[in-house]
Amino acid sequence: MSRELINLIIQATGESLFMVSIAALIATAFGLPIGVFLATSRKGELFAAPAVNGVLGIIVNATRSTPFIILVVAIIPFTRLIAGTSIGSGAAIVPLTIAAMPFIARLVEAAIREVDAGLIETASSFGASPLQIVLKVLIPEALPGLVLALTLAVVSLLGYSAMVGAVGGGGLGDLGIRYGYQRFMPEMMLAVVVVLIALVQTVQTAGDFLARRVNRRLRHR
Amino acid sequence: MNVHQSLTGEPVETLSPLAHPRTAADAMVRFEQVAKAYPAYRDKPSVQALKDIDFAIPRGSITGVIGRSGAGKSSLVRLINGLEKPSSGRVVVDGRDISGLSGRDLRLAQRSIGMIFQHFNLLSSRTAADNIALPLEIAGWSRRDIALRVAELLELVGIADKYDRYPSELSGGQKQRIGIARALATRPNVLLSDEATSALDPQTTRSILDLLANINRELGVTIVLITHEMSVVRQLAKEVVVIDGGHIVERGHVADIFTHPAHPVTQAFLSEVIGDSVPVSLASRLQPRPVAGGRAVIRVQVRGADAGDTIVARLARELAIDVALLSARIDEIGGQHVGSLSLGIPGGEAVADKAARYLSQNNLPAERLGYVA
Repeated sequence: MSRELINLIIQATGESLFMVSIAALIATAFGLPIGVFLATSRKGELFAAPAVNGVLGIIVNATRSTPFIILVVAIIPFTRLIAGTSIGSGAAIVPLTIAAMPFIARLVEAAIREVDAGLIETASSFGASPLQIVLKVLIPEALPGLVLALTLAVVSLLGYSAMVGAVGGGGLGDLGIRYGYQRFMPEMMLAVVVVLIALVQTVQTAGDFLARRVNRRLRHR
Repeated sequence: MNVHQSLTGEPVETLSPLAHPRTAADAMVRFEQVAKAYPAYRDKPSVQALKDIDFAIPRGSITGVIGRSGAGKSSLVRLINGLEKPSSGRVVVDGRDISGLSGRDLRLAQRSIGMIFQHFNLLSSRTAADNIALPLEIAGWSRRDIALRVAELLELVGIADKYDRYPSELSGGQKQRIGIARALATRPNVLLSDEATSALDPQTTRSILDLLANINRELGVTIVLITHEMSVVRQLAKEVVVIDGGHIVERGHVADIFTHPAHPVTQAFLSEVIGDSVPVSLASRLQPRPVAGGRAVIRVQVRGADAGDTIVARLARELAIDVALLSARIDEIGGQHVGSLSLGIPGGEAVADKAARYLSQNNLPAERLGYVA
């Protein structure tokens, strides 16, 4: 494979990592609080607001059930509004973020719900406010689950980022489609797939390691 | 100070509580006509958890609240620290109507009420020291003050060497010690214990109960013990409240309740600990009709200080009966003897009747169980 093509792969990998990391950051910034709220706002819970919880749940489900490629096209006007364009890696961050946000919210909700309700009662018994309970009890106790949830989200985002290539989003998917498929260069397609597999593997391994590090439940010295 | 022998043989001292507070100032916790109902939710019907709860818990006392599961004792204890609100009535803690507080005022009041739990409820993500620090962080203490207080508490509960261990590395007894230290962190004047020893083995239970007795004696903290085990009440409490079906069915000094239980629920709880049931080996041999050359079996209830310690000897001496002691169990509870004896009386019906009369003249309740060969 020529030096030129290798440079293309390196550049595309950089674009993919850029899209995924920025989208993961923004989606987590929104998805984490939404997930915590979903996990604590049913009837009788910490921030009880069953109606809001219900509506939010429907929005989250609707976003999650829309196929990603359709979501990308459907929100082009919104993407233009935010990014000024609908083409390129920068613009691709918008649909990636929108798609990852509800996904992360649901994963966070599940991780938070795993925390023993007795701990909430305990913290309440010594006068913790709902916000203190979230920050000092729920999130630290759910941390191993949250780390795994974010790992899963990043892996999914890597897959999605390959898809935005189809609509001119740049990155590894774009490279694979333009060179590997349209110019019929199977070695390029293979290289893209290999790089993606390596990325996913690395993210998953790092996530698993980190989750084990923060898990005090089964760790013995 | 009131010193008496506990059943474990170790002397137990407690700050002498006033049994029935006559004035408001005596009471640490006062329930005033409290009722608690849970409304119907989804497929569950509404539940009247507590009704007509009206009593006081004396300042500095150790009060046991005993009842079967579902009797309402968990609701009762959660009314004291405001985790639950009464449907009607008031709960006054240390002179303040806690049932009328909410938001920030309630959270401030909750800092003077500690609570320990059956399953310890420690944060798995925090070390022993950091678990104890949690209520102090929440109360906004400075890091320096927290460090000093936590060191003091670790010492108090006897696990100073375990400060950097995570709960997963500790035994049940050690976890409960952390739970106790955490509950005491903000220097509360009431400590609520919700089945705190129910998940522990008997030996660990004893050491935890001893620790609670110490805390009551040395810090003067009022302790309210929720339990379904009479043995816990027997070892630690001076006052007992028996609840059943959301009602208080009996309450008073532990010694009085143990010696003269009035309510069937109390009697059932008592038979657990004082073993006044007939041993299986004896019960299986009992026959309804007199056996030629056999013995009549009389069971004698022993209650109170001047109990039947000498009854076997007296029957033998004064009535010239060769009394056989078939089974016996006598415990000492709050200085009172509590238990039962099964006596075998030979010599036919007339002798057995004479023995029964003698027992009733001596104020020992007796019951003819049957006959053995």
